[in-house]
Amino acid sequence: MEKKMEVYLDNAATTKPNKEIKDIVNNSFDELYANPSSLHTLGVRVEREIKEVKKIILKDLSSSDGKMIFTSGGTESNNLAIKGAVNAYKRLGKHIITTEFEHKSILNTVGSLEDEGFKVTYIKPNSNGLIELNDIISAIQKDTILVSIMFVNNEIGTLQPIKEIGKYLSTLKNKPIFHVDGVQAFMKMKINVEELNIDLFSFSAHKIHALKGLGGLYVKKGIRIKPLMFGGQQENSLRPGTENTIGIFALKNAVLDFIKNRENYYNNVKELKRAFVNSITSELSDVYINGDFSKASPYIVNIAFVGVKGEVLLHYLEMKKIYVSTGSACNSKTKSFSYVLHAINVPDKLKEGSIRFSFSKFTTKNEIKYALDEIIFRVNEYRSMMKNGKK
Amino acid sequence: MYNLIMVRYSEIALKGKNRSFFEKILISNIKHSLKGLENYRVLKEHGRVYVEFEPKDYEEVIVRVKKIFGIVSLSPVVRVANDMDEIYKVSLIQAKKVLENNKYKTFKIEARRGNKSFEYKSPEIARMVGGYILSNIDELNVDVHNPDFSVNVEVRNSTYVFTEKIDCFGGMPYRSAGKAMLLLSGGIDSPVAGFLMGKRGLEIEAVHYHSYPFTSERAKEKVMDLAKILSKYFGRLRIHSINILEIQKQINENCPSEEMTILSRVFMMKLAEKLAEKNSCKALVTGESLGQVASQTIEGLNVTNSSVKLPVFRPLIAMDKIEIIRVAENIGSFETSILPFEDCCTVFLPDRVVTKPKLEKIERSLSLLDVEKLIDDALENIETQIFHPEDL
Repeated sequence: MEKKMEVYLDNAATTKPNKEIKDIVNNSFDELYANPSSLHTLGVRVEREIKEVKKIILKDLSSSDGKMIFTSGGTESNNLAIKGAVNAYKRLGKHIITTEFEHKSILNTVGSLEDEGFKVTYIKPNSNGLIELNDIISAIQKDTILVSIMFVNNEIGTLQPIKEIGKYLSTLKNKPIFHVDGVQAFMKMKINVEELNIDLFSFSAHKIHALKGLGGLYVKKGIRIKPLMFGGQQENSLRPGTENTIGIFALKNAVLDFIKNRENYYNNVKELKRAFVNSITSELSDVYINGDFSKASPYIVNIAFVGVKGEVLLHYLEMKKIYVSTGSACNSKTKSFSYVLHAINVPDKLKEGSIRFSFSKFTTKNEIKYALDEIIFRVNEYRSMMKNGKK
Repeated sequence: MYNLIMVRYSEIALKGKNRSFFEKILISNIKHSLKGLENYRVLKEHGRVYVEFEPKDYEEVIVRVKKIFGIVSLSPVVRVANDMDEIYKVSLIQAKKVLENNKYKTFKIEARRGNKSFEYKSPEIARMVGGYILSNIDELNVDVHNPDFSVNVEVRNSTYVFTEKIDCFGGMPYRSAGKAMLLLSGGIDSPVAGFLMGKRGLEIEAVHYHSYPFTSERAKEKVMDLAKILSKYFGRLRIHSINILEIQKQINENCPSEEMTILSRVFMMKLAEKLAEKNSCKALVTGESLGQVASQTIEGLNVTNSSVKLPVFRPLIAMDKIEIIRVAENIGSFETSILPFEDCCTVFLPDRVVTKPKLEKIERSLSLLDVEKLIDDALENIETQIFHPEDL
């Protein structure tokens, strides 16, 4: 590969916004700049636009009568879902169920509730990176008011059995609220909240080629939540503050694109991931996929390179304009390994060499080929260098 | 609002024939620190330096001048003519100002008559001004031994009245003692070492080693941030970055693994010396502190010492970690130093390091490497930056 290309394989962290969004942003400078709460026509037009975006999203989630609340992002959506729900239903119980490998915006939120007297059960995933329904069943108590499980794990990409969990929860007499963190799944796969019995569903705009600073929370009809902030009447007073209108217009573009091309994107990425993993596992010895490959989102794969330090490989790749992510940073004093890999019992020597590659609709075959060559070359070089070290 | 501060320096005043050399540098450093402000003047008078400025810049001037080495303390002052009525008036205003913010009960007047042609002697001035304040403010008493606050009256060519004394770093004017090369890492110690030597008047230039891509861009950023913090005190700081990955690879391949750290240090010293010679530095400065880590034993220091000819200043050699941290917090480098990005590569770190390296053994290990070539190659790709306080 002579040509210097840039290969962005950190799409689980954030994605490159769609080009069309530049024009959309321009338009909100020129025309749609008003406050949607204003009474005049300009405001009404912006408000109408926002309503339409909500409608599109709700329809895609197959909700006939649910609510859509815009927030500042995935973190706020998760905070609002969890705190909002337990504050609304704490009379009914003080027990929460979640998992050991949720995103920090879930773990630290329920952690803060533990300080307030709530009891939390953290389900341990199995070594394939999957939560087992039986563990949820045995964790349920009479006073369980909330179950929060992610759709796709952000570090290893594994798909959790949301359907089974939702189905089981719906049979309970004291049905807990079911929250799903859908940040890595939203729009990338078709999600039917009604069918999956989801009560609350979080998502984020910048993971699907829209802009940072906007997220959302789907709230099923009849489910009550308490606001985290107080102010005006926006979002039924559940999330006051002037709406991030530019972010919402940008999200519309990203959402429509996925609705139209979801299958295509999915199949392309799936093929890319398969080729990528095949290549790595056949060209290199001592590599392991973290999490069950067959039950994972095609957009994310996490690979352990034995004997390699993840962060060093990351920096070598960045020199070649290949951008990836690792959950373990080099640090002599504290072994800072990924808690997700820890939760699924990945041995230490694998943890420190684990890299997350996350793809997007923009990723091409050529990029993957270029990245593969570089990865294989560097891993081999690194391993031989470490072997030559005098012991 | 003040428009004048009085600057005191102590150690410079003890200098004999060279005194004016030091004073000149101090004044030039003060002027340099005030760059960018309007209408300021720096004047010298009787072993004091006065800085005049626009009242609106008062706080900024204090912040900047406070950091200058060689200054023991400073006071915001009001200048009046050598006339008792004037002195009465302004002393009363100053006393009232102090009482606005404090519930003080007692005070005293400290009078100094530097100007012997003035008609009253110091004790008389103190008595008269004290009496005037007493008769104008109820509820206030004189206590000459343990007053809540003092009003100072210094009679020179003009009279200066002040109530506040802001302590500064002391030391010697920066750049009054030649130049040295500081080995700056991302740790807690080396910025403190640089600060302390700068405070003795040494001009500091810095060198930093990294092993990118085995260490991250952020680790380098962190060191650059530390350099910017130091530049607040020095006025400017030139820093060189050198990649020593190739050297570490060679050590890793050819030498016993437990000597990795000490051998890397030998190279760091040798590289620093080369750079020092190129940049007319007459000493090296390190943050080594006896016994702090495995390579900072007396045997380790022997090895690093004998790898260079230049004198090596180690201002922290006898300091405890706690003392070092206190200085780091004081100069504002601590927060940055404890960020979790490492600038020395952990990849090559063996489980066991040699704590009492023998010189001849280390020399034998070095003989396995082409030291000259490794050093020259490392110096090929040197990056140099200059930071100023405004870069922070």
